[in-house]
Amino acid sequence: MIDLALDGYMSALPEIFLALSGLVFLIAGVFRGNSGTTFLCYSAAFAFVFSLILLAGVNTGEAFSDLFIMDDFARYIKVIILLGAIASVVYAASFLKDEQIFRFEYPVLMIFAVVGMMVMVSANDLLTVYLGLELSSLSLYVLAAIHRESIKSSEAGLKYFVLGAISSGFILFGCSLIYGFAGATNFDDISVLLSGDNSLNIGVIFGMVFILSGLAFKISAVPFHMWTPDVYEGAPTSVTAFFAIVPKIAAIALIIRILFEVFPSMSEQWQQVVVFISVASMAIGAFGAIAQKNIKRLMAYSSIGNMGYALIGVAAATQNGVYSVLVYVTIYMVMTVGVFGIIMCMRKRGYAAESISDLSGLSKNSPVMAYGMAILMFSLSGIPPMAGFFGKFMIFEAAVNAEMYILAVIGVLLSVVAAYYYLRVIKIMFFDEAEDRFDCDIAFSRRAMIAISVILIVAFIFYPNIVFDGAMSASLALFPK
Amino acid sequence: MLYGIAFYLFAMVLVGSAIAVITAKNPVHSVLFLILAFFNAAGLMVLLGAEFIAMLLVIVYVGAVAVLFLFVVMMMDVSFADLRSGAMKYVPIGVVVGGVLLFELVIIYSGWKFSDAMELANPNDISLTNTEALGHILYTKYFFIFQMSGLVLLVAMIGAIVLTLRKRSGVKRQKIYEQVNRKASDVIEIHKVTPGTGV
Repeated sequence: MIDLALDGYMSALPEIFLALSGLVFLIAGVFRGNSGTTFLCYSAAFAFVFSLILLAGVNTGEAFSDLFIMDDFARYIKVIILLGAIASVVYAASFLKDEQIFRFEYPVLMIFAVVGMMVMVSANDLLTVYLGLELSSLSLYVLAAIHRESIKSSEAGLKYFVLGAISSGFILFGCSLIYGFAGATNFDDISVLLSGDNSLNIGVIFGMVFILSGLAFKISAVPFHMWTPDVYEGAPTSVTAFFAIVPKIAAIALIIRILFEVFPSMSEQWQQVVVFISVASMAIGAFGAIAQKNIKRLMAYSSIGNMGYALIGVAAATQNGVYSVLVYVTIYMVMTVGVFGIIMCMRKRGYAAESISDLSGLSKNSPVMAYGMAILMFSLSGIPPMAGFFGKFMIFEAAVNAEMYILAVIGVLLSVVAAYYYLRVIKIMFFDEAEDRFDCDIAFSRRAMIAISVILIVAFIFYPNIVFDGAMSASLALFPK
Repeated sequence: MLYGIAFYLFAMVLVGSAIAVITAKNPVHSVLFLILAFFNAAGLMVLLGAEFIAMLLVIVYVGAVAVLFLFVVMMMDVSFADLRSGAMKYVPIGVVVGGVLLFELVIIYSGWKFSDAMELANPNDISLTNTEALGHILYTKYFFIFQMSGLVLLVAMIGAIVLTLRKRSGVKRQKIYEQVNRKASDVIEIHKVTPGTGV
C-alpha cells in the first residue's frame, strides 16, 4: 500500500531540473553575495535553455498518480514560457546593472516562478492548479517589490499581493465548491462526473465561475484588471517585462485546460462569462490606453486589451478557437519582448525615461531603434504584413466559424480604436520635434533580444508554419477523437 | 446527551468569542479572544472525529499564528482606534455586498446534492486513525503536492528575507577579538597641557 507515487516522474524532468537548479543558485548566491547577480542571471538563462532541451525529450502521459499531465498542449505552452523566461532574465541582467539593483534572489525567484507556471500548465488536479499558481504568484509578488528603495515598487508589490491573495481566495473557494458537489479533485474524474446530464449542478457552475474569476485576475481581464496599470508602472521595468511576457500565457493556458478538459459539458454556461470578460477587456484596453502618458501604463492597457482578444478564441469553444489562441499568445509574447527591450533602452543621462513624449524625434536620434519600434507597433495594432495581423485574423476567423458574428465585429471595431494609440507612438517618434537623445551604451544582450524579436515578427510572414504546426498539434491534444 | 451539551457549549463560545474579536476595543483582547475561538473550533473538530485537524488548529493557529499576532500587535505602534474611525462609513456598502453574497450562497447550498461518487473520498481502511490515514496518502499518493508545498514555503521564506533584511551601517556590535586586542596606546592620546591654554 505504501508506495511513493513517483510513477512517470520522467515527464516532469524539466520542472525537477529547474527546481533543483533554483536551489543550487540560491546557495551559490548566499555564498557569493549580491556581487554575483549578473552571473546568476546568465546561469538562470542557461538553466532555462537546458530545461528546453529536456522538454523536447520527455514522454507524454500522466504522472505522480494523475496529479500531473504532460501532453502536446503542455509542451507547446512550456516552450513559449521558457523562451519568454530566457528573454526576461537576459533583460534583467543588464537592467539590474543599469539601475544598480543587485539582489541575487532576483534570478532565483524567477526560476521558481517559472517552475510554478510550468506546473500550472501541466495540472491535472485542482490541488496541482492551486500550488502551481501560488508558487508562481508568490515569487511574482516579491519580484514586484524587489526594489526596496523605491516607494513605487513597494506600492506595486503590496497592491499586487493584496489583490492576488483575494483572487487566490476566489480560486480556493471555487475548488471547494467543485469538490463539495463533484466529490473529486482530479480533472479526469470531474469531467466524467459532469458528463452525465443530472449532475449539472448549480453548485458546480458557481465553483467554475469562482475559479474563472480568480484566473481572470491573473490574466488581468476586465472586471479584475485594476491592479495592472499600477503594478506595471511601479515595478522595476525588467520585472514589468517579465509580468507582461510570461505569467499571462501560463494563466490563459490554465483557463483553456480547465474549461476544455474539466467543463466541456458546461460550455453554454462558461461561454457567456468568457464573452463578457473578453468584450469588457477589449473595450477598457482600447479606451483606457488613449489617455496614458507613461509608456509602461500604456503597455498595461495594451496587455488588458490583448488578453481580451485571446479570450475571443476561448469563447469560440472549438478546437479551431484554441488553435488561434495559441498562435495569438505566441506572437504577442514575441512582440512584448521587443517592446519592453526598447522601453528599457529609454534612458537619459543614466535615468530611466518612461514618458511617451520622451520618444519624440527618435527617428532622427537613433533611426534603427525607431524603425524597430515602428515595426512592433504596427504588428501590435494588427496592420497586415506583420505577424500581429495574422494572430488577430485567426482569432476573428475562429469566432466567425463558431457563428459568433457580433463578438467578431466588436473585436474588429475595438482593434481600430486600439490602433490609434499604437500609431500615436509612431507619430511621436517620427513627426514630433526631437528631444534629448537616449543614452547609447546599450548592452549587447539587449540589442540582440530586440533584434531577434523584430526579425521574428517580420520572418513570420515567410515561415509561419513553425508556429502553426506546433499550435495545431497542441490544440489537438485537448480534443481527443 | 453529553455530546449535545459539548457541541452547544463549544459552538456558543466560538460564536461569542468570534464576535468579541471584532468588537473588542483593545487589540490585545481581540487576539486573546481569537485564541479562545481557535480552541473551541478545535473542540468541535474533536467532536466530529477529526482529531488531526483539531491538533493542527491548536499547534499551528494557537501556537504560532495567534502568538505572532499578539507579538505584532504589541510591537507595532499603531493606534487601532484611529484605523477604525473611518471604517463606519463603509458599513452600508459592506452590508449590501455581504447580503447579496449570502443570499446567493443560500440559494446554491439549498440545492446541495452530493455526487454519487462521493464515497470515493472515504478512507479504505477504517481501522486507521485519521492522522495515520492522512500520513499514508500525504507522503505517497500526494508526494508531488507535498514537494510543491515545500517549494512554496521556501519562496515565502526567501521573500520575507529579501523584503526585510538590510545591512545597517553604524550599528554597535560586540567584536570580542577586537575588543580584547585593543591596546591603550592605540586609543589614548596623551597631551601636555600648559596651564591657561587648553588642548
